[in-house]
Amino acid sequence: MNRQTKIVEIVRRVAGHPVDFAPEDSLFESGLLDSFSLTDLVTELESEFSVRIPDSDLNPRKFDSVARIRAYLDARL
Amino acid sequence: MPFLRALGCYLPPQIVTNAELAPRVASDPEWIWQATGIAERRFAALEQSVVDLGVLAARDCLENSRIAASQIGCLIVASGSAEGRFPGPAAVIGAALGIPGAPALDLPLASAGSLFGICLASQLAPVYRNVLVIGTEIMSRVIRIDAEGRDTAILFGDGAGACVVSADGGFAEIHDFLLASDGNFAGALQLPCDTPLHMDGKTVILHAARKLPRVIQDLLERNRRLPGEVGTFLLHQANRNLITRVAQSLHVPQERFFCNLDRYGNTSSASLLIAAAEWRRSARPNSGAPLILAAFGAGFHWGAALAIQ
Repeated sequence: MNRQTKIVEIVRRVAGHPVDFAPEDSLFESGLLDSFSLTDLVTELESEFSVRIPDSDLNPRKFDSVARIRAYLDARL
Repeated sequence: MPFLRALGCYLPPQIVTNAELAPRVASDPEWIWQATGIAERRFAALEQSVVDLGVLAARDCLENSRIAASQIGCLIVASGSAEGRFPGPAAVIGAALGIPGAPALDLPLASAGSLFGICLASQLAPVYRNVLVIGTEIMSRVIRIDAEGRDTAILFGDGAGACVVSADGGFAEIHDFLLASDGNFAGALQLPCDTPLHMDGKTVILHAARKLPRVIQDLLERNRRLPGEVGTFLLHQANRNLITRVAQSLHVPQERFFCNLDRYGNTSSASLLIAAAEWRRSARPNSGAPLILAAFGAGFHWGAALAIQ
């Protein structure tokens, strides 16, 4: 499973429903994620990709779409 | 180490329910409840100031402490919503309490202010013996109560809390504390001089939900304690869902987290002390049970204190 597919799977799991969305879609504006599920998303990403996301990177904009999450992880991994 | 000797609080009598607030902010009462865990909050009367609320909380606390105001050696007042830039409310509260000579410090730290005040007081108590810590806020005057301000209007309320930290005994000994600040996110939650309170809720929740459990865990670990050993967690009352997250992260039953958020909303620096005062009134003595006080707020400032009953 490639990185982007894994991210989509995590987003769907955290959001709690298997909806379709484009990689560039805003996860917040679409209503898929809220403030609290964002916290879960970050924790799941850390666990799935064995990466520690430092506090300095805890900016919601970095996690607002699958494309942005992938770009962030590509830079970190 | 010094002790928590007594607690007190004051809540203005005007109750504003979700049903009253919802139409003013173009929202729905049930949605407010689900999103925040807040059913109602208190608003101060027009003629009341943060000093007035702080004095009333201090008097309640002093009555509970069974010491006279003249025995207070130092005063620390946390408030993020004080009416002016300076002087802050601390010296005026001291004068109103009849202790004009006692040094009075202002901590304009908002939500973490009372926790920082208690920890600072624990270091000052050996010198001043009894240090009075107050958190007092009139948040209803620094938020927009309309559709554009909905995200903050639904959260905040007014009130004050107080605590005496004493070198000479009390109901719980302050064993240790951990405090931290990070100004990299100062813009996420701020009250500029000329505009209403601004909050980027996603950033605030993301940081609070990670930093609060971590600081509590770190404090307990260095004191060789486990979260499950803690009898009561007293947290800044920001949002029920946040308290739930902290409890889940620490694998502790949520019942151990005292919560009065449903009745008062988020009273910023006052909330920790109001919660502590109400917990103290309702709690049965639990000798030996660790007590955790923790807060997170604008700055960001955050931390935790460990006290043993």
